[in-house]
Amino acid sequence: MTPALLAALQAARAEKRPVVLATRLPDGAQSLLPDPAAPAPLAEAAARALRDDVSGPVILGEENWFLHAYNPPPRLAIVGAVHIAQALAPMAAGLGFGVTVIDPRGAFATSERFPGVTITTAWPDEAMDAFAPDTRSAIVTLTHDPKLDDPALDAALRSQAFYIGALGSRKTHAARLKRLRALGHDEAGLARIHGPVGLDIEAVSAPEIALSILAEIVAVRRGAAMGQKAAA
Amino acid sequence: MNQIEQVEDVLAIAEAWRAAGETVALATVTETWGSSPRPAGSQMAITASGRMAGSVSGGCIEGAVAEAARETMTSGVPRLLDFGVTHERAWEVGLACGGKVKVFVEALA
Repeated sequence: MTPALLAALQAARAEKRPVVLATRLPDGAQSLLPDPAAPAPLAEAAARALRDDVSGPVILGEENWFLHAYNPPPRLAIVGAVHIAQALAPMAAGLGFGVTVIDPRGAFATSERFPGVTITTAWPDEAMDAFAPDTRSAIVTLTHDPKLDDPALDAALRSQAFYIGALGSRKTHAARLKRLRALGHDEAGLARIHGPVGLDIEAVSAPEIALSILAEIVAVRRGAAMGQKAAA
Repeated sequence: MNQIEQVEDVLAIAEAWRAAGETVALATVTETWGSSPRPAGSQMAITASGRMAGSVSGGCIEGAVAEAARETMTSGVPRLLDFGVTHERAWEVGLACGGKVKVFVEALA
């Protein structure tokens, strides 16, 4: 790889632009896609690699190529700058998530409590608009306060987020679903919410609860059976 | 979704090493079969001076990959390495897990 190509790849990653590094095997000829000058079969294969988020070999005509998909990191929005969030944010960052903590209560959402994490003190509906969740986003609400959790869940349900989790007991969750139904969400939508949040590992401490939440997010992302919700 | 989040940013490390005047090669897993430990796209950076970052297996083939990388740094010719337990005895190493991997080695130059 030439240093110029590496610099271009690193610039794309820094700007969170999805790109594919295509390498012809075994001679190592390379190009960075998307590129208007690329032949159509290569461009299509690269687009597919990004969509499927899979790196791997492809055969195009007589040529063997390795397509290395560089998608931006998955993202996690944590609503509620609470104690569990303090454990969850660094653990999620360690798993490669870009983490945003949302809490309009300025006393909670401080960089002292969340070093190195993106913090927003906007109201959750506005903060979620700015966060703009997509298919590579997870959203977890932790405030226990309907005034804060509900607008975030409302926005999450209107997005393509791959994971939505809400902290709270079964009783709290039932009340929450009732309120979200009143906002017009149907059962299929509401079934996307993991609540009570996290895999059942009998978590007690904040880091243990954070671990159970992240384990569930990973299970859902990777399509593991234990990430599927039990029938209500 | 199979994007792998690396423990280290191997490309950034490789770039920094080169900027510091090191001769650098990159190794990338291009294809896997069976129970190989790291998915396609896993990377390792190696310098002529012996520094290593990242990984392409659970530690089984890194030594052999580093050796091939040093040859590529000298020759400038990229190589596609084949590792497995069932065939290809050209290499002294293999994967104890029974998987197979292909690793592409190229100079950063």
